[in-house]
Amino acid sequence: MKIITVCGMGIGTSVLLKMNAEKALRGLGVDADVEAADIGTARGAARTAEIVLTSADLADEIGDVPAKVIVINNFTNTEEITSKLTEALS
Amino acid sequence: MEWLVAILDFIGQQILNVPAYLIGIITAIGLIALRRSAGQVIGGGLKAALGFLILGAGAGVVIASLDPLGELVLAVTGAQGVIPTNEVITAIAAEQYGAQGAYILTLGFIVMLILARFTPLHYIFLTGHHMVFMSIMLTVVLSVGLGESGQWAVVPLGAILVGVIMVVMPAFAQPWTRKITGDDTIAIGHFGTLGYIAAGASGQAVGRRSHSTEAINFPQGLRFLRDSMVATALSMVLIYWVFAIWGLIVLPLDEALGIFGSADVGAYIMAAFGSALQFGVGVAIILFGVRTVLGELVPAFQGIADKVVPGAKPALDIPIVFPYGPNAVLIGFIFSFIGGLVTLGIIAAWLNPVFGLALILPGMVPHFFTGGGAGVYGNATGGRVGAMVGGFVNGVLITILPALLLLVFGELGFENSTFGDADFGWFGALIGSSFLGGPVLGIVVSLLIAIILVVAASIFQRKVVDTGWTPGKRRDEYLAAQEAEAKADETASVGAAASEPAQTRAEAKAQAEGESKPDNT
Repeated sequence: MKIITVCGMGIGTSVLLKMNAEKALRGLGVDADVEAADIGTARGAARTAEIVLTSADLADEIGDVPAKVIVINNFTNTEEITSKLTEALS
Repeated sequence: MEWLVAILDFIGQQILNVPAYLIGIITAIGLIALRRSAGQVIGGGLKAALGFLILGAGAGVVIASLDPLGELVLAVTGAQGVIPTNEVITAIAAEQYGAQGAYILTLGFIVMLILARFTPLHYIFLTGHHMVFMSIMLTVVLSVGLGESGQWAVVPLGAILVGVIMVVMPAFAQPWTRKITGDDTIAIGHFGTLGYIAAGASGQAVGRRSHSTEAINFPQGLRFLRDSMVATALSMVLIYWVFAIWGLIVLPLDEALGIFGSADVGAYIMAAFGSALQFGVGVAIILFGVRTVLGELVPAFQGIADKVVPGAKPALDIPIVFPYGPNAVLIGFIFSFIGGLVTLGIIAAWLNPVFGLALILPGMVPHFFTGGGAGVYGNATGGRVGAMVGGFVNGVLITILPALLLLVFGELGFENSTFGDADFGWFGALIGSSFLGGPVLGIVVSLLIAIILVVAASIFQRKVVDTGWTPGKRRDEYLAAQEAEAKADETASVGAAASEPAQTRAEAKAQAEGESKPDNT
């Protein structure tokens, strides 16, 4: 499974989100490939991914993509990420 | 023994002196320390090395696109035109300074861990690209300052300075950061911090009674600028065309056309357009490289930090505060850009002719990210007025400071790009100018600067941050009092029969809130 994390430049907060998502996935025992992307290439990257993690304002910009877009309010909160991922995976 | 010398020489020259391999090895070591599987270690290390090589490819594209612009600016204004873009100057500088920069990055990270462990400054700086930029910036400044004979000191001194700046800046910004996020769990680790503190302080000074930006129904049309590819390409097209048309007006036609080697005016205009897009292409390639390196390196660093300094506050990239004030981000960006243009005018009219400062052309990306951040900080203490003034002040800083930094950059000072964010400017210029009196004095002075910063930040942390000082308290009290008064008025005037209008009002308010924050719906 492929998951992408998105922020404006794809090098700052998305990398943070990627790390915390990986932590959450390890906790859930799910094997997934997590990649960081910037908002410019996110729509393209989302075509091959199952799940997109991003903030509320960027979720609007990603718009309609085949992947499931999940809004994370607090990028540092592993619990929020875990519960939202669990919901999406079930 | 000769074979041993030969092997060590091979390792030293052909592996550890090549930045890409070095970064790959450092990443692999980090992943081994985290006990990742062999596949993950090899894959991560290799990916980091490839990412670094991608940087070099992007740098070539960017330089090729910037050359004609530099020529054009020089021809029409007689001055050097510079577009501050961290990624670009890092990619350019990495070819010569990359290996030393990688050592500074790694040792600087260790210095940061030590400081975070043993001083009151419990911050772990996790903004990987800014760590890389700061390390490369200091490598350049120190290499120039220390000269041939002092090269041995570049890495140890650079590591100390990088480690220090990574823990002191989050501490200085923490009272404002805490006010924005509403709790004390995260810090800001971004080298535009001087701009954010200046925005928070000036916002407080001017916006004593101003309401929050988030109460405004703001058009969301400028959001597309958050896409860095669009923002970069668009701003470069504007800059290129301004100077291309200016060139057509003031230069002899042959000379102007010669800059792009164009046959006629149409081809000339479109060549400018094409070069501008090429710049966007180069930046996109470099960003892809940075992303590839950091996606592997930062998790390795964070894993180590978690083990060495448990419970430290993560210091994160500036967009982490953007959700706390989406309107403030746009206002800050616009006013930062205006501040940049005004300062460019001052440089062109006065500072360039008198002191020879380079013309710092506004880069859309630094203005968006640091200006947006400054808007959020200004709004936290001074509302709408604070966001405007804070953004403007940031724009002034990120235009004047890069010009000063170029003065201590030696040969790289003649490139058409430099570091954009405020802290690179003041810290680099400060360290660079401490070497004016020679290498030995420079080492002493820059170590003194490091000690003063750590002591000052520790005192600030103990006396200001830990005691819970909140900037802009008076305004909060004023606004709270006003709100309470409005509520009291409402109940008094509306009286008993008016539960209906009060309800409509509440509905209208809810609707307005819903409109101003469409993201939440």
